Amino acid sequence: MKTATPLTEALLYLNGVTVSFDGFKALNDLSLIVETGELRTIIGPNGAGKTTMMDVVTGKTRPDSGEVFFRGTADLSRLDEAEIANLGIGRKFQRPTVFENLTVFENLELSLADSRGTWRTLFAHLNPARRDRIDATLARIGLAERSGQPAGLLSHGQKQWLEIGMLLIHDRTLLLLDEPVAGMTDRETEETAGLILDLAKDRTIVVVEHDMAFVRSLGARVTVLHEGSVLAEGSVDHVQNHPRVIEVYLGR
Amino acid sequence: MPALPGDRHKSAWSLGFWASFAACGMVLVLAVPVLNFWVPPDFPAALPDYLVPLLGKYLCYALLALSLDLIWGYAGILSLGHGAFFALGGYCMGMYLMRQIGTRGVYGNPLLPDFMVFLNWKELPWFWWGFDHFAYAAAMMVVVPGLLALVFGWLAFRSRVTGVYLSIITQAMTYALMLAFFRNDMGFGGNNGMTDYKDILGWDVHQPSTRLGLYIASVLALGLGYLLCRYITASKLGRVLLALRDAESRVRFLGYSVTNAKLFVFTLSAVLAGIAGALYVPQVGIINPSEFSPGNSIEVAIWVSVGGRGTLVGAIVGAVLVNSAKTWLTGAAPETWLFVLGALFILTTLVFPRGIVGLLWRPIRIRAQAAAPLPAGEQA
Repeated sequence: MKTATPLTEALLYLNGVTVSFDGFKALNDLSLIVETGELRTIIGPNGAGKTTMMDVVTGKTRPDSGEVFFRGTADLSRLDEAEIANLGIGRKFQRPTVFENLTVFENLELSLADSRGTWRTLFAHLNPARRDRIDATLARIGLAERSGQPAGLLSHGQKQWLEIGMLLIHDRTLLLLDEPVAGMTDRETEETAGLILDLAKDRTIVVVEHDMAFVRSLGARVTVLHEGSVLAEGSVDHVQNHPRVIEVYLGR
Repeated sequence: MPALPGDRHKSAWSLGFWASFAACGMVLVLAVPVLNFWVPPDFPAALPDYLVPLLGKYLCYALLALSLDLIWGYAGILSLGHGAFFALGGYCMGMYLMRQIGTRGVYGNPLLPDFMVFLNWKELPWFWWGFDHFAYAAAMMVVVPGLLALVFGWLAFRSRVTGVYLSIITQAMTYALMLAFFRNDMGFGGNNGMTDYKDILGWDVHQPSTRLGLYIASVLALGLGYLLCRYITASKLGRVLLALRDAESRVRFLGYSVTNAKLFVFTLSAVLAGIAGALYVPQVGIINPSEFSPGNSIEVAIWVSVGGRGTLVGAIVGAVLVNSAKTWLTGAAPETWLFVLGALFILTTLVFPRGIVGLLWRPIRIRAQAAAPLPAGEQA
């Protein structure tokens, strides 16, 4: 039985989190633990609370009750989005949101692990080390040739990669990816799975996804959410054969 | 050779830029005094005395427009109350100029401006203390608008008020100030405002040489203001501003404080507007509460959009052109002006949303801007 305070070793620790919107419980006493270095996929039908869970972790939504801890010490329910981002939690949204009027290069520049202070950014200088880091990331996400183009001109799949690149370049400890392959072609999906597995080697990643083939290709531990709480957890095979899961989700 | 990506900074300060900046500056600083002072008055190219403060006034408007473009064009903050900061800067200058009148006022009171004597006031209100010193008054021209913007901005941006809602509360702010300044017991001359200035820093404000000096001060203020805005927009902060204009919450998730970034440019912009107002007052010779009227602030947004939002130069071009047209048309056919202004705004919005400068720059900037979507500041 886990209790509060920094006794937890887990990187991300949610205990009894409840969020309701006008009486509808988006999260209902949700408890979830993600260990350091883990790759975790979260599935669940629409309205199961997947995105709300990410909103709670990243500070967009405050939980009505429950505990949310990062590294066992940082109480995420008390911090705002920027403070949480600076702790090392990055998020990729369901719909790719890149800065369309900035170039691909500049999108990555803003994402560099660098001082975020207003005054510092006013006098920030792009030194060769940072430039190399951006170039390396551009190569890794396959957008080197698009570097000087406005991000608004990228294809949907390329925007998804750019967004992953923006998370990647910061060296964050925990990445939350909300439907990273939504709207991608099969080939792009495959490449993205490879990219995520590659990224998972040196960081913790939580992926929310609908596409079961993609979840299977990641081969990671799966958590099934239903009506705001955990329905089942385990390997892909385990959850796919879980009778309740089949009933509420996979069977439909 | 195209600049390396990410080098907005380098291309912003290229030799070509400095050359054109210096050329424009030289023309503005040299041409007017030469044509006004040394060319004989009967010569066709001579600049009559009355035109000097008029040009100075346009430059003050240009600085005001520039300050709005910094926040609207780059950070998506459409302030429809920027005239308030302009007027506050102007009132601070007005208070200094009133104190300079001394015993030369109608009532000859050495301490109290005429309107206070008229209202039967016995002593100078505390908020007028110190305004006889130029240094103090000059500090207030910056501090008063800046402080108001800081407090107002902190409340608005912290509560994440954006878009139309922000525009509406800025309108409310300037309207409230207008009503307050209309009251006689506020101590700022009420309805009539402040006028009949005699001298500034010891020089007679009516002398052509003083007016030339004020004109040149306006050129310098505009030039420095422009460089400052260009520095900000070419810096990494400038990219943060563009990013938050288009996707505010995304910027938060990257770890930047949207509130602080907005507050910084909003306050700076208010300070620039205040300086513009302070330079405006001695050149037009009066400050009164009508400067706070919501319509004035809306007009500034029209100058910026006509000239080209998000270009800085466009704000200057728009302010000068629209105001020149206004001066000419209100003389030639006064009843048509408001229709022309409205038509101009609709035309810019529908036909060339990037304004005059955007229209001219398009062929040059095709590489970078070609199909990039329009700034999302449209929301407001």
